[in-house]
Amino acid sequence: MRAECRRGLATVIAGILPILAAAASPSALAAPAGAAPAGAAAASARGTANSEEMSTALLMSPSQYRLTIADVFGDSIKVNGRFEPDQREQGLLAIGARTDNISDNSLESYADLASDIAAQVVDARHREELIGCQPRSENGRDDDCARVFFARVGPLLYRQPLTVDQVQAQVTAAGIAADKLHDFYGGISDTLAEMLISPRFLFRYKIMEPDPQHPGRERMNAYAKATELSYFLWNTTPDEKLLQAAASGEIQTRAGLERQVDRLISSERIQDGIRAFFADMLGFADFAAVSKDPSFFPLFVPSIKDEAQEQTLRTIVDHIVNRHGDYRDLFTTPHTFLTDDLATLYDVPLVDMSDNGQPQPWLAYTYPPGDSHAGILSEASFTTLWSPSGRTSPTVRGKALRENILCEKVPPPPGNVSFKFVEDTGNPQYRTTRARLMAHRTEPLCAGCHKLTDPIGLALEDFDAAGEYRTTENGVPIDASGELNGKQFVGAIGLGEAVHDDPAATNCVAQKAFAFETGYIPPRDDPRWREIQQRFAGSHYQVLELLRAIALSDLSYAAPAEGGALAAANH
Amino acid sequence: MKSKIKVWTRRRVLRGMLAGSAITVGLPILDCVLNDNGTAFADTGALIPTRFVSWFWGLGIGEQEWWPKTAGADYELPWELGAIKPFKKRLNLFSGSQVFLDGNTNRTHFTGIQGHMTGKVTSSDDYFNSMDAIIADTISARTRFRSLVATCDGDSKSTWTAFASGKVPAEVSPAALYARIFGPGFTDPNAATFVPDPAVMVKRSVLSTINEDRADLLKNLPAGDRARLDYYFTALRSLEQRLDIELQKPPPLPACSKPEQPKDDGHSIFLATDAMVRHDLFCALMTHALACDQTRVANLNVSQSQSALRQAGDPTTHHSYTHEEPIDAKLGYQVQCSWFQQRYFQGLYNYAAMLDAVKEGDRSLLDRSILYAYTDHGAPRLHSVRNYPFITIGDGNGRIRTGMHFPTPGDTAIRVPFTIMQAMGVPISSWGTNSNHVTSPVSGVLA
Repeated sequence: MRAECRRGLATVIAGILPILAAAASPSALAAPAGAAPAGAAAASARGTANSEEMSTALLMSPSQYRLTIADVFGDSIKVNGRFEPDQREQGLLAIGARTDNISDNSLESYADLASDIAAQVVDARHREELIGCQPRSENGRDDDCARVFFARVGPLLYRQPLTVDQVQAQVTAAGIAADKLHDFYGGISDTLAEMLISPRFLFRYKIMEPDPQHPGRERMNAYAKATELSYFLWNTTPDEKLLQAAASGEIQTRAGLERQVDRLISSERIQDGIRAFFADMLGFADFAAVSKDPSFFPLFVPSIKDEAQEQTLRTIVDHIVNRHGDYRDLFTTPHTFLTDDLATLYDVPLVDMSDNGQPQPWLAYTYPPGDSHAGILSEASFTTLWSPSGRTSPTVRGKALRENILCEKVPPPPGNVSFKFVEDTGNPQYRTTRARLMAHRTEPLCAGCHKLTDPIGLALEDFDAAGEYRTTENGVPIDASGELNGKQFVGAIGLGEAVHDDPAATNCVAQKAFAFETGYIPPRDDPRWREIQQRFAGSHYQVLELLRAIALSDLSYAAPAEGGALAAANH
Repeated sequence: MKSKIKVWTRRRVLRGMLAGSAITVGLPILDCVLNDNGTAFADTGALIPTRFVSWFWGLGIGEQEWWPKTAGADYELPWELGAIKPFKKRLNLFSGSQVFLDGNTNRTHFTGIQGHMTGKVTSSDDYFNSMDAIIADTISARTRFRSLVATCDGDSKSTWTAFASGKVPAEVSPAALYARIFGPGFTDPNAATFVPDPAVMVKRSVLSTINEDRADLLKNLPAGDRARLDYYFTALRSLEQRLDIELQKPPPLPACSKPEQPKDDGHSIFLATDAMVRHDLFCALMTHALACDQTRVANLNVSQSQSALRQAGDPTTHHSYTHEEPIDAKLGYQVQCSWFQQRYFQGLYNYAAMLDAVKEGDRSLLDRSILYAYTDHGAPRLHSVRNYPFITIGDGNGRIRTGMHFPTPGDTAIRVPFTIMQAMGVPISSWGTNSNHVTSPVSGVLA
């Protein structure tokens, strides 16, 4: 995580206020022709519908919501409460965000979050800094002061300029509320809470407009493009410079887009985007329901769930950002970070030089040659997430690797299956999971799918359901031999090398990174997609170069009619 | 019967619940509040509402011949359902029906539920408009909550409730559910005075700003985005309605009382025994919510369909046992699986007893309800979508007959929820698709 505190754009964006607050024009979502702000947007006509059937809007994820609030108001404003779980589609929550709807329950949750956030913004601790003016009286309306606040905050929340009418609507609502409550700040709070549950805040709309450079074609509106770019690379709302680039039209030029993309990628905030992407790709949201029985796994203390995810995300960020490593090496790297709890779980020595009573620090650690751990597949974030609470499941682990890391679909199990071998737990021949699964695979109906999953998962059998290394199961030595797409190996080290060498791994991460930005699986046959893949391969599979290629590609900002058919076509 | 679980009498349930602070049983509705027939409130003439309560348990009953051999009233309740035997005359058991796949993939632990809860079988994850949601739209649209849904296993994805906008995540925390229902937004209908909260009035007023923005929002969006906005505005209307209700003095409901606040925060659970403790907390909250007319539809799931619940000291989950445990040659059933089922059905009994302990006139809340129990597979070991067990308890304000076994071998399972929907007043004359299409209820159920 980045070390510095966020002050909040609401307190530091004085430089762009003249552009945004003075944009006395309808917003891009409803902009009549010729009424858009200066720059590229001014050159556009009204936005046009880009598809007759498919939704393209993306619902903000919980992590995006948190970062956005922190960026707009500063990280002393806490997001207290819960989010309704998102739906994973085709392996990514980011794709599900394109179809997730807001239900009674989720709007209720958003309303609770919004009320709490808004109350913090106007509390005595924050109001002076975040409201930006002193009301003439705290006991009633002050439209001028309210206008200052909403003219500044509105564009940050809606990620585009607000029209005069839109600002006035908020000022009016706040004034009425303030008069009823006899409380200026109460009026601001209730109206801000309303903005925080508006579809304009919760959804990111892909608004298209006629492309003046290519008559007859469409391009993404500048603010929508800035928004997509920002959430892709930083997982948060556009910053001042990005909004300026949208307002001036810079972002619609190749050179201008390159400047912004390079700026975003070279910032340390790229870590937020990388963490969000890999947390989604690796399915970390499912950790919410993970539990392990302490009577079997006493080392799996409650904090391990968070630490396991953090270990992997730190390892990934370090590898990609600091080491500029090859993506494939993530599956074999000996470099990682550990806490005391994780070191105990992994049974590795970790020298902690910090004072007693200090928060448990993260220490860099390199597994020595010959260690059973290396690469992210050997970490608890994988071995525990994809295990039931009481014992391992090679099938589940193998399925997770196939689907999340290699983008391969594993068919669901059939009905009317004989489990006569799996059932025979009393047979001394089947004392290990391997023995029972191997017997089960002799059942023709099951063999087809289990041969896709089990040989992968069985190679991780020397990590129990809590991620602790073991050598026996029920007194029988564990055989951790495995196989992936014809390659034989032993243990997590061998599995990591096999994944490293499998071309599906790099194709998968590229495909998922594209989908993370757009909500779509890319079209395999589109030359723009092939160019992204080539750039990735040409960089020796550096993820930052992959992100750059995606962020610069026209395909990422194409009308969904072009890219929209993409999703289903590949699955 | 083989179960070692003590049979809970109604007296024991009430004593246990009260002693454990799980439920506070409201006073019976005073006769003077009701009309002469005890069917409506005297002051408003409003009928005492009918409620729908769904209860899902994972992994069916088993492959053994659990179904009664005779139909109608003169049947013997299977030993597997012994826990609910005290309610035999007030329940119905449905057996023999199946979900027709019509060439679609049997996505295990999903497709069968998809079929009988939504009427449609597909090879995809599509899951919209579940029967409980359809009922909620019919009978519960004017309450604070269209419906409530909770699960006992700590996983909010353990839900089978879905409106047109998609699945509704289950509440995992009794403490959070309590706060949602009985927190600051709750108005005691029996309080002597009522003063609308100006803060709520203002919140309600401010929400209109979003509605006023609607036309502007819709102008330039593609059809798909507009459809999603429609769902958003449906949810917004529900939120507005909830605030509207909070601003009105509710009619007195003497059966309503505020329960004690549970402490269970919904942490992850893996033992079936712990899940069933949480189950009873949820049942108590749902019972109070229904008695206080905060909703008329309550949905509770014991676990996800592939129940990951375990026994203490045993690493094998219930789901794993369904596949891995041999059928005992002498007993004729899976012994470990039966252990789990017995706990679940004990929970069902507890729920029915809690509902029955709340009196509304001369009848109980259970009598005003249909408590509908359903599962994912007929024979889970084989992932079978045949021979589903369905149970109803309560007659829904006299809308269905009870005390019967309805065997419908070879018929579509969709007919059972269709029958329930008709009983609950859903204006529906047909339901389901292809081989699962039905136009008539299960014969003899509707009163």
